[in-house]
Amino acid sequence: MTVVDVVTAVLLLGGALSCLLGALGLVRFPDVPARLQAATQPQTLGMVLILVGTAIRLEFESAATLLLVALFQIITAPVISQIVGRSAYRAGTLRRDDLVVDELADPMARDDAPVRDEPPDSGRGR
Amino acid sequence: MIVVFTVTLAILAAAALLTMVRLLRGPTTLDRITALDVLVILVVCGVAVYVAINRDGSNIPLVAAVALIGFVGSATAARLVERGERHR
Repeated sequence: MTVVDVVTAVLLLGGALSCLLGALGLVRFPDVPARLQAATQPQTLGMVLILVGTAIRLEFESAATLLLVALFQIITAPVISQIVGRSAYRAGTLRRDDLVVDELADPMARDDAPVRDEPPDSGRGR
Repeated sequence: MIVVFTVTLAILAAAALLTMVRLLRGPTTLDRITALDVLVILVVCGVAVYVAINRDGSNIPLVAAVALIGFVGSATAARLVERGERHR
């Protein structure tokens, strides 16, 4: 077991465990925004660790591509969270009792349609 | 070394199983979108481990393509949901 193998083993197992914890959080958390957090942060960390663990074993060109994919995932994970989180907030799938402070509720921060807690008449979508 | 790869793939399989639970049980569509996004990441991790096992870079475009498509798919689906009907 050379040093490279040991480092690869540590990275791969760490990444896989991080993915597992993320998936566990995805199942256990109460509402969508909490599950979003479990779905993006540990998964992205796990993926980056696994990609780096793989990149070590390959020649430079392949390793560069893998690290590019890891960088791409790091950049896009927050974008996905923001889009899905905004839809979750607007679609009302948020558990109000869990919220400590709701910064989006005051009209100043709202960009367009107000959040409707009571079910509106259906079919009014923009 | 093969033990490490086997254990890693087993852990990833367990994570995929947990994600399937959320995918099937998720009350709202957004949960399912999130679960699918996690599945995409797990597929990418699985292919990366496969590349590590064989030490050849022939499957790397697959890793890149799946990561890109996973992101675009999730973003589009989430935008689609926002414009649609109510979700409880």
